[in-house]
Amino acid sequence: MNNQNISSNNSPSEKNIDLNCFFDKNFDNLNYKFENSNTVVFDADHLIDVLKKLSKNDQISFEILIDIIGIDYSDFGLSEWNAKNANNKGYSRGIKKDSSGRYTYDTAKKHFNQPKKRFAVIYNLLSISSNARLNVKIYCNDDENPSLPTVTSIWSSADWYEREAYDLFGIVFTNHPDLRRILTDYGFIGHPLRKDFPLIGNVEVNYDLDKERVIYQPVTIEPRVLIPKVIRPDNKGEDDA
Amino acid sequence: MPEIKSFTMNFGPQHPSAHGVLRLILELEGEVIVRADPHIGLLHRGTEKLAESKPYNQSIGYMDRLDYVSMMSNEHAYVLAIEKLLEIDVPDRAKYIRVMFDEITRILNHLLWLGAHALDIGAMSVFLYAFREREDLMDCYEAVSGTRMHATYYRPGGVSRDLPTTMPKYEETKWKSKKEVMKLNESREGTLLDFIEDFTNRFPKCVDEYETLLTDNRIWKQRTVDIGVVSKERALQLGFTGPMLRGSGVPWDLRKKQPYEIYSQLDFDIPVGTNGDCYDRYLVRIEEMRQSNKIIKQCVDWLKNNNGEYISDNNKITPPTRDEVKEDMESLIYHFKLFTEGYCIPKGEVYCAVEHPKGEFGVTLISDGSNKPYRLKMRAPGFPHLAALNEMVNGHMISDVVAIIGTQDIVFGEIDR
Repeated sequence: MNNQNISSNNSPSEKNIDLNCFFDKNFDNLNYKFENSNTVVFDADHLIDVLKKLSKNDQISFEILIDIIGIDYSDFGLSEWNAKNANNKGYSRGIKKDSSGRYTYDTAKKHFNQPKKRFAVIYNLLSISSNARLNVKIYCNDDENPSLPTVTSIWSSADWYEREAYDLFGIVFTNHPDLRRILTDYGFIGHPLRKDFPLIGNVEVNYDLDKERVIYQPVTIEPRVLIPKVIRPDNKGEDDA
Repeated sequence: MPEIKSFTMNFGPQHPSAHGVLRLILELEGEVIVRADPHIGLLHRGTEKLAESKPYNQSIGYMDRLDYVSMMSNEHAYVLAIEKLLEIDVPDRAKYIRVMFDEITRILNHLLWLGAHALDIGAMSVFLYAFREREDLMDCYEAVSGTRMHATYYRPGGVSRDLPTTMPKYEETKWKSKKEVMKLNESREGTLLDFIEDFTNRFPKCVDEYETLLTDNRIWKQRTVDIGVVSKERALQLGFTGPMLRGSGVPWDLRKKQPYEIYSQLDFDIPVGTNGDCYDRYLVRIEEMRQSNKIIKQCVDWLKNNNGEYISDNNKITPPTRDEVKEDMESLIYHFKLFTEGYCIPKGEVYCAVEHPKGEFGVTLISDGSNKPYRLKMRAPGFPHLAALNEMVNGHMISDVVAIIGTQDIVFGEIDR
């Protein structure tokens, strides 16, 4: 019952070597890449085949889909305050006007970083039988209308996870049985976890005394950045880039 | 005979047994449920979005407010994720303190679950018993962090302060005589650890009390046995974790299987159910309380005999002491940088999970090398559980919906995030 020698979360261990062998054997013809010891990247085209194989095989079956995580990479590696150019003449003082913390209703549309592929989805898998974890990461091909096939036929739990990713990121899961919004309000517009969605939101609700009902109106508060996002290269393990 | 048509009924979001703000659209055939469509998100606060705009340490408080009945367990997953990306070491004493409070939290959670579940089904008195013990545990929270619920006690690198040497005491009032106060304060004369030790000695008897009220209670059994049965295979398919999975007979517990902190050195057992019905899950959780009590006892023993740091002394991550700030320039700089800007975490992705009272609570943290999380995703155990509600209530009566919501131990803070 106590197989503690088998991999705990992400630490590289024997099990991961097994995982590598497993991948060599089964997915050799596919174009995959280990992003770190526990995350493997596949092409979106092979998604269903790969996950079906991972969910049930005679070596490492990942019985549980722990989570589906959407990511929007459009703001990756961009800081709000230039911390690198500090020298004896001084350093930049203002927070960049176009930083993501200052997005508003009007300015949000023009996001300024165009990564190769904007959206990615991580399938977080857990194998109970062999006590291993694996993240399968898929980059969506289309930045404007990101879409992936649904995996609800492989794991039932994918149903709500995909609804959530759709709601918060606008990633469409084709053939999903019931792709509705899940966390946001009825009639909500936009996908709040996208980086071009302002933190303060687009609309606010009020009770209108004259109309005697709750009304929606554009937000009236100003976006503020209390502590700017900075990227400092002085971390260990991180080269000065 | 008149024809019976199926009809649709709205349940919640302000129903007392909806455990918060659950709205269910129930399709009924007579009193039998054909379909249940949970509408969630009424408590959505956008925690993940908010965390992206704040330095790492400022989001610890948000973690308490996710599952607001197991506050410290949420914090734990978050700080573990940060520690893993930073690759910093945590002193042993901090690990024991965290594990002790994790288990205190587990008891807190299970007591609330027990009380609310029983109350939903119609047993009022269990609630009162459960809250009697909750009070003591909340006092532990208060003693160590100053608040009774949203503690914000864990920090990357340890915990925010050491265990206090005194316990807050009751005072004499118009309503409490001196004699009563003396009796109440009896166990509070020593340190927090003495108080917790006293609690662990008392607690098994209390669990016996709850069990006499419920375990062999005919009504309780009628309402829970064979209700909401989930088979092993379905439980895995539906992404169950924690007591929900163990109730279906899968011996899976992260504390044993993928031990974090010092769980591998502690002695405890994992209860597993057989039938996967509400009654089995009840038994599993009751036994978990006893096991948690055992763990707390071991932690108290260790903490009494071992001193040491309660937080890492890496001042890039943790604040220097007040004295150091006054005397040492370096410390002053660290202090200033930490509180004005926070710390940057190297680029990377990490997933850290803890065995939360409700199941696997995981945090996926993606860092782009800055002082704020690029993406923070909380994996709430209640989310897949509630997603399975439709399947679990299918074919049951309306009154069983309440029993099944109860057995799922739903808390909307974590589901809606």
